[in-house]
Amino acid sequence: MARPVETKAFTLEEMGYSLFLALLAVVCVILAGKAWEPQLAFHAAVGAVFAAIGIFLIIKGYNDRSAQPAQMIDGKANYNYGPIKFAAIASVFWGVAGFLVGVYIASELAWPALNLDLPFINFGRLRPLHTSAVIFAFGGNVLLATSFYVVQRTSQARMPGIVTPWFIVLGYNAFIVIAGTGYLLGVTQSKEYAEPEWYADLWLTIVWVIYLLAFLGTLWKRKEPHIYVANWFYLAFIVTVAMLHLGNNMSVPVSIYSIKSVQVFSGVQDAMVQWWYGHNAVGFFLTAAFLGIMYYFVPKRADRPVYSYRLSIIHFWALIFLYIWAGPHHLHYTALPEWASTLGMTFSIMLWMPSWGGMINGLMTLSGAWDKLRTDPVLRMLVVSVAFYGMSTFEGPLMSIKAVNGLSHYTDWTVGHVHSGALGWVGFVSFGALYCLFPWLWNKKSVYSLKLVSWHFWTATIGIVFYICAMWVSGIMQGLMWRAYDKLGFLEYSFIETVAAMHPYYAIRALGGALFLLGSLIMVYNLYMTVAHGEDAEGATAGAPALAPAE
Amino acid sequence: MAQQELDHLSGQTTTGHEWDGLKELNTPLPKWWLYVFYVCIIWSVGYYVFYPSWPLVSSYTQGIFGSTMRSDSIAAYEGGVKARLANASGLADAPLEQIKSTPALLEFAMANGKAAFGDNCAPCHGSGATGGPGYPSLQDDDWIWGGKLADIYQTLQFGIRSGHAKARDSQMPNFGKDGILNKEQIASVASYVVSLSDTSVKAAADGKQLFSDNCAACHGEDAKGNLELGAPNLADKIWLYGGGVDKVAAQMTEAKHGVMPAWEGRLDAITIKSLAVYVHSLGGGK
Repeated sequence: MARPVETKAFTLEEMGYSLFLALLAVVCVILAGKAWEPQLAFHAAVGAVFAAIGIFLIIKGYNDRSAQPAQMIDGKANYNYGPIKFAAIASVFWGVAGFLVGVYIASELAWPALNLDLPFINFGRLRPLHTSAVIFAFGGNVLLATSFYVVQRTSQARMPGIVTPWFIVLGYNAFIVIAGTGYLLGVTQSKEYAEPEWYADLWLTIVWVIYLLAFLGTLWKRKEPHIYVANWFYLAFIVTVAMLHLGNNMSVPVSIYSIKSVQVFSGVQDAMVQWWYGHNAVGFFLTAAFLGIMYYFVPKRADRPVYSYRLSIIHFWALIFLYIWAGPHHLHYTALPEWASTLGMTFSIMLWMPSWGGMINGLMTLSGAWDKLRTDPVLRMLVVSVAFYGMSTFEGPLMSIKAVNGLSHYTDWTVGHVHSGALGWVGFVSFGALYCLFPWLWNKKSVYSLKLVSWHFWTATIGIVFYICAMWVSGIMQGLMWRAYDKLGFLEYSFIETVAAMHPYYAIRALGGALFLLGSLIMVYNLYMTVAHGEDAEGATAGAPALAPAE
Repeated sequence: MAQQELDHLSGQTTTGHEWDGLKELNTPLPKWWLYVFYVCIIWSVGYYVFYPSWPLVSSYTQGIFGSTMRSDSIAAYEGGVKARLANASGLADAPLEQIKSTPALLEFAMANGKAAFGDNCAPCHGSGATGGPGYPSLQDDDWIWGGKLADIYQTLQFGIRSGHAKARDSQMPNFGKDGILNKEQIASVASYVVSLSDTSVKAAADGKQLFSDNCAACHGEDAKGNLELGAPNLADKIWLYGGGVDKVAAQMTEAKHGVMPAWEGRLDAITIKSLAVYVHSLGGGK
């Protein structure tokens, strides 16, 4: 291979990150020494260790590399796969951990004694651990891995930087560790899906801005005249999540030596900002970004062109314009002014078709290739994820209607709705993408066993059906019991009677979750065998060029 | 440079772009999709005409229906309360004893009492009113402050050690903590008290005398309690803070004092009355 010979030098980038991490380590040591609470001292110590490891990795990377990594090898872009591999493995690890915690807290709800009277594992602390682990740790790493992969390949360009891609991936996972251990130790600002305190938020902001710059940098370097649709969705996700994160975490620390901070908003304004954030975390993290995955992996796996370019444009812009308004539907019948409530509801209704545009483009891309569903369980997983996406994006607008919300709000119906989206859509589209990515990244012919993929598919599907059916029944029953009156006009049931009535459904839900977890364990084995014992791909194929990453 | 191609499976042309082997078709928007999207937009605009929606400078568009979620909810609630009270005519003025003999009033009071009990009393006394450690059972006829309708009504209204001026109040002395009796004496009294209802326990020799000197003033010579003073019956097998010599001795050493809230002012007068009738009917009413 004819690589241009360059003299090796410690680049400005490597220098910059080293100095930044060194400064961070010093700050962390000071914080650890002066912290008011043991939790902050612990986190600052962890931060110092991570910063030191970071500096070590930069120096080690410098020693190991021969020169600047080549941008092109034999006329093809030399894609940077190392950080993608790390994020892909991390997503599998965090996924299993998050599902496990989910099964445990589902069991705690059915059998409360399982909290063993320990503060660390009571429902209140494990619940954010579960949601953050599955959304941000599992989902976030899947998005890092797939977005890095997709943006490089559809731009035919290597990501900019030597340290930068690694800083994003490792820095993001450092955030996950700080956030997760914080929940167990009782560190929270009590905002749903935004529980981490100010110092973790600051760190995530740094990582996220660099993620945005690296993504834009790759697009900037692209060899294609146009930007592929998947990248629009990824970019919308990165930009909007940055905005949401900053908006919802506007808080002032009590002291820089304290974990506690005070929100600048209060009362209903705080609630509105929180649900503007919360709903758009669903919209841009769990919908737009995963549509990016769909737009690359479904046509790739089906080996078909995307159904409609025009639909992809219209539904993209409609989706991102309308989604941002829908948050107030989480606050119907509260202190929120009614006009805001109305706007939230109507924009949710108008969002129905833009959401379904993605489903249509996903499903119809298979026209002419439906027979592949019989033979390819990975494609089946991707297609069923799109079907679940369609189902939950119909259910969402329905539940946003005030009259329906009056029944569904505060019940398990909401939980069922979230999980049909989370397990069915986000989970399955991620699994499908991982089954594609692992062989591509490690240059293998195919995933180790399609039969095991099939087993994963069916186990998880049955688990989801158990889960969401149990929650529909218990949620609607709960809502109806709360509003049941006897003939004299008195409430028919006391609250505790409605709790007791839900026990069997909670047990079924825990069983459904356990099946989903079992499926993911099958995936872990399958992916491990793919990497360790899979048959090597011969030469460059359409899906996987034989180019080795330069690391 | 964009070279459109014909996709034979769909009969559509591609846009001519290609990314990593991926192409896109020129399929037009599905008609049904577009029309349903338009209908959703038109429906939303219609909704804005009828209901409060867009914010203005210092107000917001009110909608021509003039109704709001808040006014609808309040109207529905007040309508419900009014309809309910139509069935309760006379209950507010009816003497407690008379409610039981008037079927319509009794039915209303029982339904009202059951609903109010589930949301207000069950958290302590249990949804079956069987109580628990520290919270008396309301199902039995072992009353601390009296089980007649009027007694129960008074307890409900003003509570026990609730801080209300008319609250029922009693205080079990801390015989051990305050040094009135020593450990051995407390053990003797406890064994005597427990032996009254449990023949397997043998009373200490000086137990009876110590009881007579220290406890009988409130609990009575026969230890059967005194409803006027809120002194529980110690001669039966029902214990508020647990039976057995150890637990009785613990209560004598340093007494726990439960609190029952005063419901006057928290629940309306008819509901308190209904609760009295309901609790009285549970099985232990005298």
